[in-house]
Amino acid sequence: MTLSVTDEEMALLLYDIQDIYGYDFNDYAKASLKRRINRLFVLDRFPSFAEFRFRLKNDAGYFDRFIEQITVNVTEMFRDPAFYLALRNEVLPQLATYPFIRIWHAGCSTGEEVYSMAILLREANLLHKSILYATDINAHVVQQAASGVFPMQHMKQYSENYILSGGRHDFSSYYTAGNNKVLFDVSFKKHMVFSTHNLAAESSFNEFQLIVCRNVLIYFDKDLQARVFDLFDTSLERLGFLALGSKESLRLSPANAKFRPVSEQKIWRKMI
Amino acid sequence: MAENDLSRISQCAVIGGSAGSLKVLLPMLAALDARLAFPVVIVLHRKNDVSTLEQLLKERCPLPVKEAEDKEDLRCGTVYLAPAGYHLLIENDRSLSLDASEKVLWSRPSIDVTFQSAAEAFGPGLLAVLLSGANSDGASGLEYIRYHGGRIIIQDPRNAEMSAMPLAALARLQPDLLLPDYAIASAINHFLAH
Repeated sequence: MTLSVTDEEMALLLYDIQDIYGYDFNDYAKASLKRRINRLFVLDRFPSFAEFRFRLKNDAGYFDRFIEQITVNVTEMFRDPAFYLALRNEVLPQLATYPFIRIWHAGCSTGEEVYSMAILLREANLLHKSILYATDINAHVVQQAASGVFPMQHMKQYSENYILSGGRHDFSSYYTAGNNKVLFDVSFKKHMVFSTHNLAAESSFNEFQLIVCRNVLIYFDKDLQARVFDLFDTSLERLGFLALGSKESLRLSPANAKFRPVSEQKIWRKMI
Repeated sequence: MAENDLSRISQCAVIGGSAGSLKVLLPMLAALDARLAFPVVIVLHRKNDVSTLEQLLKERCPLPVKEAEDKEDLRCGTVYLAPAGYHLLIENDRSLSLDASEKVLWSRPSIDVTFQSAAEAFGPGLLAVLLSGANSDGASGLEYIRYHGGRIIIQDPRNAEMSAMPLAALARLQPDLLLPDYAIASAINHFLAH
């Protein structure tokens, strides 16, 4: 058994990180965060906690790696196809009534769900009047997302997801393949804005008709979840939509009172 | 069940199973004491079918059975099921967290992930049960549980439909009890820490 970073040591690390780099991880769900920190500690073969801490405190480049590795970046195109089917059928017809559509992907990771959304919008003939804002705390994944380049190996799975989500076109018509990678249609990019944004610390930067934040809030504790729901509330127009991951809910948050569930999927609408 | 608000839950049972464990689990849950004074958390490897397993277990178990929800507080006498596609972690404050990070030993939910977090949250107040399975998930989690003083039951591999999982764990540690399937429920019912 590998012995690992203790609760006390983790508290020290989080204090250092906040002090030196200004990132506050104190309100992340502890068990999961500790697991990620231990994973990195083992992965990078530190002989002791003291050396791990020293490196983090004194090497800003290593702190970038810390952010990249501590945050979870598991994602896929058309993840949970039934969710995208619900977006097509229940949300896009409402968004179609607006002259201009603003969507925020909060915690966009490497961008797979942003491109999925762009495909939905194009198929609903709405992309020309839409802007997708895609943000993540992790600058590295934001850069990757902005490249529009994805690994070839997942395309078969994504194509299946796409069809299950109600897609009727040839999925491969949306990208050009080459060299184990695919490049998505560059015209999508004209409708995307990528940026880093830290949900735990930064404020609202626009008003949206739809906010998509899937499998991000599970890594936060209840208080931080409530604060982020407030941020989303502030960032949504009246009658705007909030879409969460398949096991996330507004239910335990005070903001719940302002929202109404509108689908079997995790989609809420702001009523006041 | 009434004690939740008055005192912190000090005991918990975690059960991990893979191939061949469902038919052990169904009669086992049916035989649990309806007045069980601690929560029971179950991690099963399975396909992404959502509610059928929960329904199956609900029909047989005298205790309330539910799919674990993110940030939900554990309650004594309730049986929680890790949702398909997510790791399930137990926080020190006795709440549950979900985690959609990479699979561990090709599994999500991973038995190791739940066992490790439970070991830290409950220490000697934890009872872990490892059932039939065809891979080695759970073995490393049981080592954490041993280190933190929890009690360990492994299904006797001679009695398991798939012996690989119990054998992988037995290669790394000796359990407190090595039991055939029909004897496990009673051991859970009589679990008292210390």
